[in-house]
Amino acid sequence: MSIDWNHFTPLASLAGGALIGIAAAMFVLLNGRIAGISGVLGGLLRPSKGDIGWRAAFVLGLVGAPSVYLLFTSLPHPQIDAGYGTLVLAGLLVGLGTRYSSGCTSGHGVCGLSRLSPRSLVATGAFMGAGFATVFVVRHLLGI
Amino acid sequence: MTLFVSLLAGLVFGLGLIVSGMADPAKVLGFLDLAGRWDPSLAFVMAGAIGIASIAFLAARRRSVSLLGAAMRLPSAREIDRRLVLGSLVFGVGWGIAGFCPGPGLVALGMGESKAFVFVLAMLAGMGLFELIEHRAPRA
Repeated sequence: MSIDWNHFTPLASLAGGALIGIAAAMFVLLNGRIAGISGVLGGLLRPSKGDIGWRAAFVLGLVGAPSVYLLFTSLPHPQIDAGYGTLVLAGLLVGLGTRYSSGCTSGHGVCGLSRLSPRSLVATGAFMGAGFATVFVVRHLLGI
Repeated sequence: MTLFVSLLAGLVFGLGLIVSGMADPAKVLGFLDLAGRWDPSLAFVMAGAIGIASIAFLAARRRSVSLLGAAMRLPSAREIDRRLVLGSLVFGVGWGIAGFCPGPGLVALGMGESKAFVFVLAMLAGMGLFELIEHRAPRA
């Protein structure tokens, strides 16, 4: 292992993480809800009365974030190396997997670990482990 | 009021994803690539987020209603089962091949990235598939 010092951004990442923590704190203290993105989004696909508005508003906030960011400074350009076929496969796996496990990086990783939930600790270990293993296979064994 | 809080929480969450670098799949993959040139930044994202959220959850756990009077809905599931582990593994593979998890996918969609649009559509299809399998057929 060698550290990629050129791309290492500890302060920006810590600050961005703090914003994520503030969002999760605000959501649970004011609305009594877990800021788990796969759960909020997935719940829209099983609509029930009185359960759509807050979900849609949260998703709208996420999608609208770049526009608000743009009011203050220029947007960083995300680098998406995956091709369209890979993105379709990735999306299907992420959608299915997060619904079966009832959470993703936000619900299990941020909120769950903050609550010291054993379920979330197992889930986070599993998806991080699978993520590390997948990148190892793709980049270093298959050489893609 | 809770609607406005939802919008604001989504917005602040999204801004955090942009500021932290998590909305950039290349940076996420740089973190997941332990054997290559490793970028540990995302560990700092988690540290910052959990550092703040853990205090809030400590307070939330003692309450039955939120500060706005909404019911406190904290997960009650305790079981560590096959669905949890296999689902997380499948999610991790999907995360590792493209560098997108759900939040950053939605934020990159908001940046007007056509590739993020494709990812989000496929993710919604995956979530829809889950609904079809789990909620259409009556479960035994």
